[in-house]
Amino acid sequence: MEIPRHWRLNQQRYGLVGEVCPHCEAKIFPPRDICPHCGGEAKTTYAFNGRGEVFSFTTIYEAPTGFDETAPYTVALVKLEEGPLVTAQLTDLGETRPEIGMPVEMVTRKLRSDGDERGMLIYGYKFRPVMR
Amino acid sequence: MTDIIIAGIGQTPVGEHWDESLRSLAVQAIQAAIKDSGGLKPQALYVGNMLAASLSRQAHLGALLADYAGLRFDDAQHKAGIEAETVEAGGASGGAALRQGYLAVASGLVDVALVVGVEKFTDVIGPDLEAALATLTDADYESVHGLTLTAQAALLARRYMHENHVPADGLAGFPLTAHANGAGNKNAMYRKAIALDTYQKAEPVCEPLNIFDVAPNADGAAAVVLTRRELLPKDFPHPVVRLAASTITSDTLALAERSDPLWFAAAQASVEQAFQKAGITREQVDLFEYYDAFSIFAALSLEAAGFAKRGQGWKLAGDGSIALTGQLPCATLGGLKARGNPGGATGVYQVVEAAEQLRGQAGANQIAGARYALIQCLGGPASIAVTHILEKIGD
Repeated sequence: MEIPRHWRLNQQRYGLVGEVCPHCEAKIFPPRDICPHCGGEAKTTYAFNGRGEVFSFTTIYEAPTGFDETAPYTVALVKLEEGPLVTAQLTDLGETRPEIGMPVEMVTRKLRSDGDERGMLIYGYKFRPVMR
Repeated sequence: MTDIIIAGIGQTPVGEHWDESLRSLAVQAIQAAIKDSGGLKPQALYVGNMLAASLSRQAHLGALLADYAGLRFDDAQHKAGIEAETVEAGGASGGAALRQGYLAVASGLVDVALVVGVEKFTDVIGPDLEAALATLTDADYESVHGLTLTAQAALLARRYMHENHVPADGLAGFPLTAHANGAGNKNAMYRKAIALDTYQKAEPVCEPLNIFDVAPNADGAAAVVLTRRELLPKDFPHPVVRLAASTITSDTLALAERSDPLWFAAAQASVEQAFQKAGITREQVDLFEYYDAFSIFAALSLEAAGFAKRGQGWKLAGDGSIALTGQLPCATLGGLKARGNPGGATGVYQVVEAAEQLRGQAGANQIAGARYALIQCLGGPASIAVTHILEKIGD
């Protein structure tokens, strides 16, 4: 069930909320309170705009429990406009074949269910091709 | 500082051992290593294991294995088993356990340490196995998105091949070399060479990786006995092999949190520290047991260790450089790809195999006159990098 565990991450999952370092101005996702670039304390929240491009991607056929019903699915490293990379699924691809450099934007989707019929659905960010 | 000696080595064959358990595999390797050492009495046991709590629903391996292997004090005052604990560092657990054994013996507080790496994979298959493996990624920011270890490697491979203009079969030389070498190792899971054609036609697993780019998870256990040189028995029956360096470094757990994912910074740092500690240069390395859990890891490890320029590591696989007869033999007894990848045991297998090479016990795969072996195991995409250097010092 792990309800508090997922509730704690609502800001990150629904709003791509990370941090900005007050010392070196690095944008940080996920938040970690210590800047990975300069080592200074970084507790200022910062909401990413959700736009980026595909840095790399692959399709998973042999999925872990909780994801096996949705396989195959495509995961990517997305390079956010503000700098950081995030790991997320690509969604709403339709006939689009993903490629490196493809512009994408964040959307909120179901990430997984915990399996049993009364189980919790976990929502969070995925990325879809930018509508042209 | 006194020399730390690999006094005993032992291993089980790697494979799908339906008739063997976690504990029976470990005990076999332990008994073989103690026998090989001439009967040294261990005072501490370090167990390298990655996933027994998930795959076998068994934690607390130190007590279990010390007991089942009969590792007890044999004097009247101490009616108990010896010191024993588990070391976990993902896929690098075996190497990390060896590092703990090294620290214990080097400190002088332990005279004889036993290190065993063990993994029992095959009792769990399918989605539950993938879920267990995915616990080795960042739970909040990777596995919750459905990322698997294989997919993580595929993300690296796709970007690497894109940036460096690597052809679709550009990584083939890594599994081809591994399988050619596995043919000469009686403990290897796969003992048959494969052709380039077979690689090119292989089924994709997680594109751009195909089944030959992914080392098979398998069951196995390997063990080493460590002691200080002055404590070796007078009639020690093997050429003396010293643990000349032992280093561990770390990087971000999540791949996405690296500013430069295609550079294994931890692998570079641990190799540099190891060369410094051993007092050798990379030109003196006679063989390199790298961590080819995925072909792309082999390429990135060769670059991180300085054997190839950035973006060029894949070329060493194609031009024969890493073959047994090449300038830098790698995966000399099959590597993870052909010997098999028994999780937390892998780092210990690598050291056992390197010790066989330096002792001259590697049979058909013997690297003539080998003196220095470089050994590296990784947890995740070099989130942990463990490097050891073995040196042959006596006859």
